[in-house]
Amino acid sequence: MTARRARAIVAAALALAAAAPVPAAEIRPSHEFLSPTMQAQQDDPSRHPGWLWVDEGESLWSRTPAPGRNSCAACHGGIDAMRGVATRYPAVAADGSLLNLEGRINRCRTRHQGEPPHPYESSPLLSLAAAIAQRSRGLPMAVAVDGAAAPSFELGRYLYDERQGQLNLSCGQCHDEQVGRRLRGDTISSGLGTGYPAYRLEWNALGSLHRRLRACSIGVRAEPFAAGSAEHLALELYLAFRARGLPVESPGLRR
Amino acid sequence: MEPAAARITVPQAARRGEIVEVRVLVRHPMERAIDAPGLTPRPRRIVHTIRATYAGEEVFRMDLSPGIAANPYVAFRTLAVESGDLVIEWIEDGGAVHRQAARLTVS
Repeated sequence: MTARRARAIVAAALALAAAAPVPAAEIRPSHEFLSPTMQAQQDDPSRHPGWLWVDEGESLWSRTPAPGRNSCAACHGGIDAMRGVATRYPAVAADGSLLNLEGRINRCRTRHQGEPPHPYESSPLLSLAAAIAQRSRGLPMAVAVDGAAAPSFELGRYLYDERQGQLNLSCGQCHDEQVGRRLRGDTISSGLGTGYPAYRLEWNALGSLHRRLRACSIGVRAEPFAAGSAEHLALELYLAFRARGLPVESPGLRR
Repeated sequence: MEPAAARITVPQAARRGEIVEVRVLVRHPMERAIDAPGLTPRPRRIVHTIRATYAGEEVFRMDLSPGIAANPYVAFRTLAVESGDLVIEWIEDGGAVHRQAARLTVS
């Protein structure tokens, strides 16, 4: 092979890599990777423990946080008005910061309710997020990744593609290349965040996407990012982009 | 600490003499009394009994082993006899009794 020809192949490969779109056809909704039993349980509120948190979120929605302060319902009306909201998050707020559903809830809390933010992973925050996300169940994900969201999106894509940890694995090496195969008693999914907050049997509780990502980081022996950090939010945005058009499943049921 | 709550699912309406299924999800963390260096020891707090009363009678009782999962799911059947509250009680270590009711309408 001549040097010139080799250079041409490398250039062509690079061009292909740069132009290669996300393989949308291969990304399948998370519920397809569940066993039939768990699929049925995920769709049955009478058997899905995640709904215990949805119940809590619904009661928090209409509860006044302190005398003289507004409840969520006082501004937004019934929680059913949140239909479709979860499909658009994470989203960039007016001040340029990227907020996921939890971030948006806490922003409302500090700005409009005059209350301290709920700690990340706390029961009230998970409950509110689950109750709000549940209103978008079945609706297709539709996040914006252009304009103000572009830098976060690029960071998210970088983190997804970057090899991490002592095992030196990128997200895609499992969640694109090994989809459908088994790992530690579970089926490797396309790695979407559409089911979160989700009730994970391993946790015996509802947990956030960031908690789940932390488990992936530990799995590849990488230093996990902090819950609510810019890295996690960017990754969440990229995962939401990968899930565009696929249904919201929150509250999901996971192994 | 999580709010003590249950989700009780009963049919919207039942006919007298019909067998109805009652589904119960209990929110409970099932504290295992973990006592390890660096952790604050906490007393064990696991639900050991779930019972249901309906129409003035105990219709269901279940003893749970300490290995029960957090937020357990329990289902049982009973005979619809009259409109009334189906009261679920769950009793944990230390003796605290939690109670929640669901209305069963019988025609």
